[in-house]
Amino acid sequence: MNDEYVLSQKFKIKGGDFSNAGRTSTSIKEILKEIGIDPSIVIRASIAVYEAEMNVVMYANKGMVTLNITPVKLHLKLEDEGQGIADIDQAMKEGFSTATHEMREMGFGAGMGLPNIKKNADRFKIASRLGEGTTLDIIFCLNKTGNK
Amino acid sequence: MSQYFHSIRIDTEKCEGRMKCMRVCPTRAIRVRNGKATIIEEKCIDCGECITACPHNAIVPLTDPFGELSKFQYTVAIPSPALYAQFGREILPEKILSGIKKLGFDSAFDLALTCGEVSFAIQEYLRDYKGPKPLISNACPAVVRLIQVNYPELIDQLIPIELPRELAGREIKKKLSKKLKIDENKIGAFYLTPCPVKMISIKQPAEKGKSFLDGAISIADIYGPLLSAMEGIEKSSYRKALESICILGVGWAMVGGICRTLRLKNSMAVSGLNEIIKVFDDIERGKLRNIDFIEAYSCLQGCVGGSLTVENLYTSYNKILNLIETLEFEQIKACPDIREVRKLYSQNYFLIKGKFEPRPLKPLDKDLAKAIKKRKLKEEINESLPKIDCGVCGAPTCLAFAEDVVLGDASLTDCIFDLPNIIEKISKELSGSHNESVSLNLDRSKINKPQKKKE
Repeated sequence: MNDEYVLSQKFKIKGGDFSNAGRTSTSIKEILKEIGIDPSIVIRASIAVYEAEMNVVMYANKGMVTLNITPVKLHLKLEDEGQGIADIDQAMKEGFSTATHEMREMGFGAGMGLPNIKKNADRFKIASRLGEGTTLDIIFCLNKTGNK
Repeated sequence: MSQYFHSIRIDTEKCEGRMKCMRVCPTRAIRVRNGKATIIEEKCIDCGECITACPHNAIVPLTDPFGELSKFQYTVAIPSPALYAQFGREILPEKILSGIKKLGFDSAFDLALTCGEVSFAIQEYLRDYKGPKPLISNACPAVVRLIQVNYPELIDQLIPIELPRELAGREIKKKLSKKLKIDENKIGAFYLTPCPVKMISIKQPAEKGKSFLDGAISIADIYGPLLSAMEGIEKSSYRKALESICILGVGWAMVGGICRTLRLKNSMAVSGLNEIIKVFDDIERGKLRNIDFIEAYSCLQGCVGGSLTVENLYTSYNKILNLIETLEFEQIKACPDIREVRKLYSQNYFLIKGKFEPRPLKPLDKDLAKAIKKRKLKEEINESLPKIDCGVCGAPTCLAFAEDVVLGDASLTDCIFDLPNIIEKISKELSGSHNESVSLNLDRSKINKPQKKKE
């Protein structure tokens, strides 16, 4: 693919920064709308990034989202430095959560985060090392629908 | 000429290019070109923020003049309940409606009862609804436009129940044409409006149907004449005047008024466009799925905060609140009959004709690959800009300017921060140290300018 037609952008996320949580997903959503990505993909992508962003805010020290768009694929990579996930299979189960009472009070930690990302993405990959961090690959196919 | 009807015009004679409007516009739809403000039609949602911000009254709300009345054989005024909040405590709807008739209308209709009916209808709709939540009120046309333009994926969450003013227009015309034996076209129904945005829902309804109203007259325009007309009107006892007020309906003038009527539902009320944008962003992230209903008004405090009202918005908000409290205290419940409403609801009496259509902004390019390329260029330009959003180039933010450049609507040289480079180039062309010092003074004076303007 010609580099001209690849848009790459990075967004930093700070762990524990609840007041700015959601900014990254809003910025990414705006970029997708400007490019003219199909609205149904925009909404799925923005839900997925938001969930992933919240995971970084709640559990990691810091993280980075890399947005990569080509005319056929939207790839969102999330890499964080933090505690990591001990048992990925367990974390992928709906309802499983390690959120604290405070996080639940704020409406988070229902144990729907990772399953929800997977449900919304076309392809989803997760890798984690305990005590180091977690990497998510969230992928959407764009070639099915044309641009409006 | 243009595809979209707007209820806002810029008077270029009066416009001095002060950029106040450009800075407050929540959808970044204003640019200042050649010293005059211009509106990007597809981005404007008619919220009216710019009208209030302009120090020269150069942004003109488009409403109908009184003269429009003469086109009809019979005229009805349908005042927004926000009108009831414009006067002192002693002046109640009954008196206001008589005053309106003295202004030249054949009759004046109290919208509060219809608002009450619609509140019940919304309740019915919420009960049966199974789709994605929250549902969003369609009462404010600026909010409907905001969804059409910036949040098209939320369009099916707009409540498809006809607005009280439209229902009133429809029913009044039906009844009067029978009673007076004249054609419905000869009856003019005029909304007395607290804001210009209602005009767009009359001239170009979002659901693409035809409005049942014939025009909108500004509350600010009739306020003075109405005040004099009400002089000398004998008022009935305070208690009697209260008895005709529908407690469910008057609340429609203020934010939270509809939510109050949906007691058992988990609802939320929000006013002010920038706040609404935050809430809609949350909906898009899937955060507010536990909320059943959102009532949103582009004006602070709801319709009482409209740009065509007279009274301070907090005073009028309190007036409505006090009125509701008084009615509760006096246990006056002039409400529509819920069984009657349910019957009408089942006959689709309340449903809008047509469907809300999204009106998303055009992408940077029709071709996805080219759009990606342009977005990339936009980011590169944005990175080269100072990002202080000084506005001197005529765009509200550096990012908006970068987009204008990519789309060919502005030139990079419009950014004054590029000026030193240009001057340096010129001064290099003209040789000699004398010229250099001149150029140095020049760029300093220019650079100081936007900093002074910062508030």
